[in-house]
Amino acid sequence: MDLTSLTVHELSALLQKREVSSVEVTSAYLKRIASLNERLGAYITVTDVEAIAAAKEADKRLSSNTGAPLTGVPISVKDIFCTAGVRTTCASKILENFIPAYDAAIVAKLKDAGAVILGKNNMDEFAMGSSTENSAFFPARNPWDLQRVPGGSSGGSASAVAADLSAASVGTDTGGSIRQPASCCGVVGLKPTYGRVSRYGMIAFASSLDQAGPITKDVTDAAIMLAAIAGHDPLDSTSVDSSVPNFPGLLSRGVKGLRIGIPKEYFIEGMDSEVSASVNNALDCLKKEGALAVPITLPHTEYAVSVYYLLATAEASSNLARFDGVKYGLRVGAASLIDMYKKSRAAGFGPEVKRRIMLGTYALSAGYYDAYYKKASEVRALIKRDFDEAFKTCDVIATPTCPTPAFKLGEKTQDPLTMYLSDIFTISCNLAGIPGISVPCGFTKDKLPIGLQLLGAPFDEATILRAAYTFEQTAGIRKEKSGL
Amino acid sequence: MPITTKDVLHVADLARLEVNEADAALYTAQLQKILGHVEKLSEVDTQDAGNKATETAGTRVLREDKAVKGMSQDDALKNAPERSDGCIKVPQIIE
Repeated sequence: MDLTSLTVHELSALLQKREVSSVEVTSAYLKRIASLNERLGAYITVTDVEAIAAAKEADKRLSSNTGAPLTGVPISVKDIFCTAGVRTTCASKILENFIPAYDAAIVAKLKDAGAVILGKNNMDEFAMGSSTENSAFFPARNPWDLQRVPGGSSGGSASAVAADLSAASVGTDTGGSIRQPASCCGVVGLKPTYGRVSRYGMIAFASSLDQAGPITKDVTDAAIMLAAIAGHDPLDSTSVDSSVPNFPGLLSRGVKGLRIGIPKEYFIEGMDSEVSASVNNALDCLKKEGALAVPITLPHTEYAVSVYYLLATAEASSNLARFDGVKYGLRVGAASLIDMYKKSRAAGFGPEVKRRIMLGTYALSAGYYDAYYKKASEVRALIKRDFDEAFKTCDVIATPTCPTPAFKLGEKTQDPLTMYLSDIFTISCNLAGIPGISVPCGFTKDKLPIGLQLLGAPFDEATILRAAYTFEQTAGIRKEKSGL
Repeated sequence: MPITTKDVLHVADLARLEVNEADAALYTAQLQKILGHVEKLSEVDTQDAGNKATETAGTRVLREDKAVKGMSQDDALKNAPERSDGCIKVPQIIE
């Protein structure tokens, strides 16, 4: 049996029954990483020594029957989450040698649950990008076609999970960075409601939009991982103090009578024909299972990308001010303090990060604040209102996750605006703070995965998980593998 | 509102980024294109939008203002590029 091809819940069952040990599974994963990571670029750092030590601990727990669903399961985390004693780079030269003194909240939770962390996944620098080409170290690649990007910014996570280099990963999503790479790589990606998961120890990009969530091989695993990382954290005042539902237990109730909103703004002329055919097939499949399609409108959709690139960059320009060569990170020596800041930041940040810092600084600067930042905040409120109205007549909203399948490396690097437009279907979800999931729904004729996106009302992850699960069970798409 | 290379150099200064003239010219062209795209926001009527955009679904939960054990000085300084006598060292800031 190929242990690395199993899902979290399949592995967990074997581990609990002591049919395999965590050390065996972890070793199988480390072996696969050693043979494939050079081609895929899915990990920046592999923590093999720590992983084997954690696996041994997990085996002790499992043999004394005190394990949890994740005990002994090898997973990975995006290199945006602080890990005590383990280098955390955010795929940036400025943090190349940064070793945090503490664990991010989600890392601590996963460790407490007994999960084995295999390493830190590649990403776009500071989560800024949609292709993982903005990693300061090396790009990640798509297991379905190594000439294509895995999406981004959590591209290393999606690539690792799709190629069986980890059983599951945790990524972050500011404008689509979990769902878009999941769609490109044919895996499941869930962005929870803003406030569902603590952001403590997750390196900040745009604090009003950032949210951590799972990238997994199937929907059941997404529910298990979300249950493990969700919940209030006193160290993040934006994490909401409400009880965490038993997500895995709520998957199998079917979709009979479920109202699926179909927003006309997301099914437009000129969309990739294979993407639209595949998504429409998925909707037919859900209708056959008893769901009802309801036409809805989200009238401010066309402004979402503009709103996002003003607000996210404004927040980033403020958040990234902390990287100044003083307390941690790269320092380039200079005679004056200001010159030290300028030289350290110039040497440490890549071009996309600099571009966004400058755009954000401009949007916030004297004379432009009203026209850009304030206006964008107001339009954001209207986008949120669109969703509030829509959820009065439907329970979930279905759209494609991406307008096209994964594109080729280098195809969009010369024109930042074209790259930004690849997030067109995922961004509104972050602006409204609602949950969204991408689930594989088919392939193009060139064997590139296509994703169906389901958006839910605030804190109603359970319903989008249930709809995604019903679709996955009926369609049987996941059984296909990339062949790597 | 066209953005000029002078604007870009000013913004880079505000953002504490050293940018050379050639890069500034490239950034000017790229930012101009992005700003041209976001210009369409001006057509949206936001009179009754309010400014509630940053309100999130839940209410803020503040913890009790109670002292808890923090990080040790040694841990806090571990990543500092230069340090001396338990402090972070930076270039001279007072003449």
